[in-house]
Amino acid sequence: MTTMVNQLEYLKETASQTAGPYVHIGLAPKQAGFDIFENNFGSVLAGPRTKGERIRVEGRVFDGSGTPLRDVLIEIWQANAAGKYNHPADRQKKPIDKTFRGWGRGCSDFKTGIWAFDTIKPGSVMGRNNRPMAPHISFWIVARGINVGLSTRMYFSDEQVANGKDPVLNLIEWEVRRKTLIATREERKGQVVYRFDINIQGPDETVFFDI
Amino acid sequence: MKLPSQQYGEFYQRDRTIHPPAYAPAYKTSVLRSPQKSLISLQNSLSEVTGPVFGADELGPLDNDLIMNYAKTGLPVGERIVVHGHVLDENGHPVKNALVEVWQANAGGRYRHRNDTYIAPIDPNFGGCGRVLTDENGHYVYRTIKPGPYPWRNNVNDWRPAHVHYSISGSGWAQRLVTQMYFEGDPLIASCPILRTIPSEAAVRQLIAPLDRNAGIQLDSLAYRFDIVLRGSRATWFENAVQPDDPMQGE
Ligand SMILES: [Fe+3]
Repeated sequence: MTTMVNQLEYLKETASQTAGPYVHIGLAPKQAGFDIFENNFGSVLAGPRTKGERIRVEGRVFDGSGTPLRDVLIEIWQANAAGKYNHPADRQKKPIDKTFRGWGRGCSDFKTGIWAFDTIKPGSVMGRNNRPMAPHISFWIVARGINVGLSTRMYFSDEQVANGKDPVLNLIEWEVRRKTLIATREERKGQVVYRFDINIQGPDETVFFDI
Repeated sequence: MKLPSQQYGEFYQRDRTIHPPAYAPAYKTSVLRSPQKSLISLQNSLSEVTGPVFGADELGPLDNDLIMNYAKTGLPVGERIVVHGHVLDENGHPVKNALVEVWQANAGGRYRHRNDTYIAPIDPNFGGCGRVLTDENGHYVYRTIKPGPYPWRNNVNDWRPAHVHYSISGSGWAQRLVTQMYFEGDPLIASCPILRTIPSEAAVRQLIAPLDRNAGIQLDSLAYRFDIVLRGSRATWFENAVQPDDPMQGE
């Protein structure tokens, strides 16, 4: 028999359930095929006056058979060009960019599985213990068949030095797996595109985080 | 030590035992869509403690009224219901200004979605989605039509119990949650492969909204109550002499 003690009165987090195949109805109704809200959340993060280098981030999400998920919904969260989050908990002495919330929501194309975000390249944010983090974008991925939303980070291929010192990348014991988080910089018709494919399972499985 | 007026801190470790495992073979689609390697556990940094902030001016006046927000030629068909509840964190504190987004099938179990081919008809007056921000007390409310159950391809005769899909965005990125709300008394709850991916009975119960007779509108609507718990955070800061410039701690 165990000793009786008073129970701590914490509540339990509500359990996650899959977003299902029709997630678009609620989170991106135009993609579902109808127009209902006056204001729709979308995949364009940067406005005309937003500071920073304009970039497009695009890719596909693959399942364990190598088939792209055509019904995936992705949200991203990032700092502005100065490396500051538009949120009261960020107390770094850096400027907020009022034109930049830093959040976007995108869906894969029903045919090709390609998703894309138009944003700016974020600056470096201070991490724990005063160790700067390399520029990165946080990803949250939901779809039919995904029981708990998947969290990962995207880093930039042209930030080798910063990536080499990044406290989160360095936490990944297997160096070969770190490259699953690094998007490849390309230039396409004068536009900077970072290509970031995500593998949910298989030999090149993307590193996912329990945050 | 100086405390910031509104406190933000790292979130408590997520209790994965109440969540469904990624790989849940009774829900067949999860088999190829589940990571096989362990998740890498991160201590929260600013990237996880912060998150998008939404404003009331971004939502329209009918966004939380699914009975009226797509009514074209009349009212949608089905049982009129009000759904309300609180968004709390694990400490029991209200989560203010949380974005709650919902979507659902119509009364016949059909979704307004280009990929849904179920034989039940589309309701011309029902869109099936809505959204609302929680108030100062973490409370939210919307009204809608009670969704119908529908069959789906898993086992050949699997049916989803009536449910409303939820997406909740709290104050921090690490709180992001999608889930589904079920209705008290639905006999399909017991055999739903998706609901049964959740290993904990208590966690399943937390997803079933009880009928709330007092919150209904007389001669108009029944009501259901659905409270949502997001992850809590450690609000007490301890200054660390060796690390005076913790970016989460302020000046
Ligand atoms: Fe559903």
